[in-house]
Amino acid sequence: MACATAYNLAKRGMKDIIVLEKKEIGNGGSNRNAGGVRQSARDVRELPLAMYAVSRIWPHLGEELETDVEYVQRGNLRLGKTEAHKKILEAHTAKSTKVGLDVRMIDGEEAREICPYMSEEVTSASWCPTDGHANPLKTTLGYYRMALRLGVTFITGVTVTGIRKAHGKARIVQTDDGDYEGEKILLCAGWESRKIADTAGIELPIIPERNEVLVTEMEPEMFPVMLGTADSDFYGHQSKHGSFVMGGNSGIQQYYSMPDGAHHPTGPLTAPKISRGIISYFPVLKNAKIVRSWAGYYDVCADKVPVIDQIPEVPGLYIAAGFSGHGFGISPAVALAMSELILDGSSHTIDISPLTYDRFRAKG
Amino acid sequence: MSKIIRTAAKEPFKPEPDDDLIICRCEEVTKGEIRRAVHGGFRTTNEVKRWLRCGMGLCQGQTCQRNFQNIIAKEAGISVKDLGMISGRSPARPVMIDVFANEVIDAEKDPEGK
Ligand SMILES: Cc1cc2nc3c(=O)[nH]c(=O)nc-3n(C[C@H](O)[C@H](O)[C@H](O)COP(=O)(O)OP(=O)(O)OC[C@H]3O[C@@H](n4cnc5c(N)ncnc54)[C@H](O)[C@@H]3O)c2cc1C
Repeated sequence: MACATAYNLAKRGMKDIIVLEKKEIGNGGSNRNAGGVRQSARDVRELPLAMYAVSRIWPHLGEELETDVEYVQRGNLRLGKTEAHKKILEAHTAKSTKVGLDVRMIDGEEAREICPYMSEEVTSASWCPTDGHANPLKTTLGYYRMALRLGVTFITGVTVTGIRKAHGKARIVQTDDGDYEGEKILLCAGWESRKIADTAGIELPIIPERNEVLVTEMEPEMFPVMLGTADSDFYGHQSKHGSFVMGGNSGIQQYYSMPDGAHHPTGPLTAPKISRGIISYFPVLKNAKIVRSWAGYYDVCADKVPVIDQIPEVPGLYIAAGFSGHGFGISPAVALAMSELILDGSSHTIDISPLTYDRFRAKG
Repeated sequence: MSKIIRTAAKEPFKPEPDDDLIICRCEEVTKGEIRRAVHGGFRTTNEVKRWLRCGMGLCQGQTCQRNFQNIIAKEAGISVKDLGMISGRSPARPVMIDVFANEVIDAEKDPEGK
């Protein structure tokens, strides 16, 4: 979010933009995700961002960033094997079609026509032909490189510890490298945004949850679609390079010990579970060789959609966090919305009104 | 990692005669591509790897990491020890999905590990 927002701001002529990063560019989820650019199975509150990104930004993003972001728009299949799966898929599909997304339910046969390598056990799927995938490394680093070219300064190796007000406004960013000052401050540090927001008196209901990704050796080109399952056993795609990039969780990721933000350890349980998920839907991949696995953290928000807002109690403070494991696909649109919030005072191109920081209510 | 301030390069990229030397054999990445990446703003081992794929192939950087780090360090004018390393990750050697899927084989119930 930081690289893309800085790029959008600089493109509109904003000067003196500084991005502070504690480790290196792409240390967070933006470089660790599986590249899904998906509108289907999204909460309708963030669907305007997804639909805008897919129809208006992704198709020409590579050209704009002078980077091959490997965007492939060949659809998303979300697969089901049981009646219960089918119900989950139908519920998502009904909600999304109501707000105008082209997504429909298909049966196992039709799903196998789209992706012939799939197990006979698949009996239903949701199909969204305008979904797709892209390369998160190229996209995030491409935004960074362009932002740099447009005059943005990036300072890496500096950890933000707090935000302080001066004369009633957010003004000082405290770090392990001393204080930095800014008139407008955007906090977008993934799950770690929470403790920084705390220092300005703002509570963000966000927790970290580990997700892991496997990557295989190069395989012959087999399918261009993005894949997911009703049960979220795994998700992923085949990259332009030929390797399969597939992610998932262990099912008990909420209970892992707290990450330190500097290391991203993988655990013994997750990769085997993802592997079983892959084989059960794509037996043909059972001999594909995994060359590497890595971990990342979802910044899971209480209601599974992000906070993208300016904070009236702390004028000058903006927050974009809590993407809950699906922020990559919408990031170009989030960056546009955030740049408008910062420069124009409101997001006038895309409706982000349900994503305010003060929407959380007690249950009951 | 130590602090690095990054701004756009002031000078245009200067090609060198041996820029087409292959440094990462698995992914066929050349010296010139690495130098160009540093010129474009990439400063750490991971950043260059993620941008160009050097070190992402079959050998996972075991052959080329040192070589491409030396090029980054020289180009960026920083010490190799400030570039960070490619993180060690499982599996150490390529492993079939089928094998990975079976993290616990109960030898008593299933002596053949099926
Ligand atoms: C394994 C995995 C798979 C995913 N798959 C998908 C997918 O297929 N499709 C999709 O749309 N989304 C996916 N996501 C989610 C997506 O990657 C994230 O929602 C998105 O990248 C969030 O971007 P961000 O900029 O908010 O956070 P990040 O990219 O995490 O960036 C936050 C940055 O802040 C830095 N930081 C943290 N604390 C501090 C501090 N105190 N001081 C300075 N810097 C700090 C971090 O080092 C990091 O670089 C996935 C995520 C993971 C982990």
